[in-house]
Amino acid sequence: MNYKMVGKFLAEILALEAIFMLPSLIISLCDKEYSLSFDFLITILIIMASSGVLMFLCRKAKMGFYQREGYVCAGACWIMLSLFGALPFFFSGRIPNYIDSLFEIVSGFTTTGATILNEVESMPRALLFWRSFSHWIGGMGVLVLLLALVSMGKNNNGFTLHILRAESPGPDVSRIVPKMRQTAVILYVIYLVLTLINYIMLLLGDMDWFEALCTALGTAGTGGFGVRNDSLGSYSSYIIWVTTIFMMLFGINFSLYHLIVTKKFKVAIKDQELHVYLFIILVATTLITFNIRGNYGGTLEAIKHAAFQVSSIVTSTGYCTVDFNLWPDFSRGILLFLMIIGACAGSTGGGFKVIRLILLVKSARRGLKQMLSPNRVEVIRVNGHQISEKVMNTLNIYLTVYVLMMLVSIFLISFDGNSVLTNVSAVMACFNNIGPGFDMVGPLSNFADFSIPSKVVLIFDMLAGRLEIMPILAMCSLSTYRRR
Amino acid sequence: MNVIIAGCGKLGMTIAGNLSAAGYNMTLIDSSDIILEHAIEVVDAMAVRGNCATMAVLNDAGVANAELLIATTGSDELNLLCCMTARSLNPDIHTIARIRNPEYYEQTREMRESFGLSLMVNPEKKAAKAIHKLISLPGFMKRDTFAKDKVEVVEIKVDEGGILADVPLIDLYKIVKCKVLVCVILRDGEVITPDGSTVLKVNDRLFVTAQTNDLSLLLKNLGIISKTADKVMLIGGGGISLYLAEELINSGISVEIIEQNLARCEELAELIPQAEIIHGDAGKHSTLESEGLSTCDAIVSLTGMDELNIITSLYASDHGVSQVITKVGYADDYGMLDRLPIGSLVCPKELSCNTIVRYVRAMTNKEGAALSVHTIADGLAEAVEFKVDDSTLNINVPLKKIKLKKGIIIASIIHKDIPIIPNGDSHFEAGDTIILTTNADKAVLSLNDIFL
Repeated sequence: MNYKMVGKFLAEILALEAIFMLPSLIISLCDKEYSLSFDFLITILIIMASSGVLMFLCRKAKMGFYQREGYVCAGACWIMLSLFGALPFFFSGRIPNYIDSLFEIVSGFTTTGATILNEVESMPRALLFWRSFSHWIGGMGVLVLLLALVSMGKNNNGFTLHILRAESPGPDVSRIVPKMRQTAVILYVIYLVLTLINYIMLLLGDMDWFEALCTALGTAGTGGFGVRNDSLGSYSSYIIWVTTIFMMLFGINFSLYHLIVTKKFKVAIKDQELHVYLFIILVATTLITFNIRGNYGGTLEAIKHAAFQVSSIVTSTGYCTVDFNLWPDFSRGILLFLMIIGACAGSTGGGFKVIRLILLVKSARRGLKQMLSPNRVEVIRVNGHQISEKVMNTLNIYLTVYVLMMLVSIFLISFDGNSVLTNVSAVMACFNNIGPGFDMVGPLSNFADFSIPSKVVLIFDMLAGRLEIMPILAMCSLSTYRRR
Repeated sequence: MNVIIAGCGKLGMTIAGNLSAAGYNMTLIDSSDIILEHAIEVVDAMAVRGNCATMAVLNDAGVANAELLIATTGSDELNLLCCMTARSLNPDIHTIARIRNPEYYEQTREMRESFGLSLMVNPEKKAAKAIHKLISLPGFMKRDTFAKDKVEVVEIKVDEGGILADVPLIDLYKIVKCKVLVCVILRDGEVITPDGSTVLKVNDRLFVTAQTNDLSLLLKNLGIISKTADKVMLIGGGGISLYLAEELINSGISVEIIEQNLARCEELAELIPQAEIIHGDAGKHSTLESEGLSTCDAIVSLTGMDELNIITSLYASDHGVSQVITKVGYADDYGMLDRLPIGSLVCPKELSCNTIVRYVRAMTNKEGAALSVHTIADGLAEAVEFKVDDSTLNINVPLKKIKLKKGIIIASIIHKDIPIIPNGDSHFEAGDTIILTTNADKAVLSLNDIFL
């Protein structure tokens, strides 16, 4: 392990986090919440000091950065970000328990959107902004941002690749341009532009500037922290439709947007993952609309709520307009299914990812064919390109660990004595970075009532889910730290 | 600039590493997933899998927006077809192909236009030339020529107990008694930019500029007996052996080639009747002994296996062959090989890489581009040749008053075709040629880059 290189990276990430806190500090000053400004200032100073110490300790870092370092780097960065990011909540006394604060900020960075707060509207705006901003930072990934901002020197070799691989969602990273750094820059530019368009659209709907900002940030990162107690329930139909569409857009692989910008529209539109993704949304929306149309005034109203909820859950955002906990079991079943599938690879959304589902189905179909005619040879293709057996193997491992970790987590939190549906949906909502689940953790309730150990388990799940398991597992594995 | 490299073998990856470090946008094509996967971990580049001579794959690799295609697959035919296909997809693209087969080389040269080739490289031929130079003036570890063979940068090793050990550079001229300039010292794998007070140590490798005419004098004064070789033994009968044997025979040196494969032996015997072709296993030392190893003036290990080459050279050194030259395919382990008595190392892919890098730099920098680029000191430094023109700064200023960037030394100034090894009072004028050495932290793309 190249500890110094990892340390140097951590120091840079922390410096970046201190900068991220500045807008919140400014908002608190504008709102004349001086004691809160002081809390933010203290946090920033602590972060800067830690960053400085780390930077000093690791100043003689040597190159020699491999996949192992990449995973540990990603895991360690996210944990550090969260540990320090929780401080403003804790210092201000708004969330008196540190584990609760940590839960809240991890939920922010991992774009989960699960909250332990019963009452959101009375929170100071600076803290609300910090929550929503953490979604935006975590959505595209903070390491990606660092790589986009800082040049890693000319001999970075696999350096950037190993880090992006560890942080980016999906079975493998694809470059959209030859240089990794440019790829990172392009991704962030697309992200920023889409967020801005979303913000402007919300403002056009007469939304308060601050609420629009927080909603746009939460939508972009597919996070789900609302600034009102009923999430988006009390907004106009226009706002709800805009948010529905943008949630869907942020769940699409960003490299497709790059294809469109570079006038390769035909290639983009032929993407198989996109087809399946849109198909899932369409079918789920239709089914739920029929199922719930009795609950609401008209079919239009039902479509609105169904479409919103489907895109909110499938992209792992977790906003809600109505209490879907009260929907019939058929609709809730569909939503549970959507929670697992998640969005497209290379988007800001979480979950298992549509592409993995496609690969699994194709692999299963091939397996069945081979059972009937054992000598049959077939390759798995997506978008006309062959998928290597290595990718398929990794996928199988991922699936196994994914299921195992969820089962163990459900078991661990069931000691709290809540209903099975609560436990299952809470773990699913956290692991897939959705936010709300069913029953006790439904859209209008929250995670406050879980015991501290259960919250720690859920924090772990959120991080593991966002980083797609491997970095967190690598951090916990002893063999990572063995000398080599 | 967008560059496509087809074929991620030794040569392809060396070029890719070099160009990617210089900041170009690289796309790699190879037919093997495993090779590509390794490649993108080493080089910041996009990877496309497939047959590089097909339109679909080239389009995937973005040939329409690329300025340069370098085809370095193992097959000459594929390289040619790849370049032709790329040209037809993008008429403005520059193409470089590796052509190794001597049977094609000459005809391809003549048909370059119709193949759509901008440049062709032949690593084997280049290596043969470099080895020939070493054999014609034994005593130097490496020779790089500049300015139409008038100036050279040669490598000299400081031997234990030798005449150069513990000499401060300021006293060097007392020993060599001719004008030379030590530009780069390689000590324990690190490059040192020397000045007068630097003291030479045992096992240092010096890179010295001198006029070509002074080289034999330099050798004599260094106490290195320089006897022109009469008989050279080549181990392995590959492409380099063929080229080298022809050159050596033309300059009147008798050649003995040991080759393992009988069919190849017969082929060689047909192609170069003047050479003595031995069918035998060079790995068996008895073969070397019986074929008169100790009577050879020089031995060159040229088989396709680095290990065998190194062992053979060790064996030859041990048996007192005065000049030993070893070909290696991978230059990454130079540092380790340094300590072995295996004579001069020649790495064909490195030589070709130099040519290509020079070409690429000239593409991006049409005005004032380097005339030639040679990597020296195991790739840690470069010797570059530039033309001085009216736009060059500091014309007619004595060198001692010019502030150069760190790590740069002006090694030679060629004024009206006469090379000068400069001192503090020398100056350069428009129309001169300058040779400078730089530690390769940042490539010197144009002459004015060197001034502070």
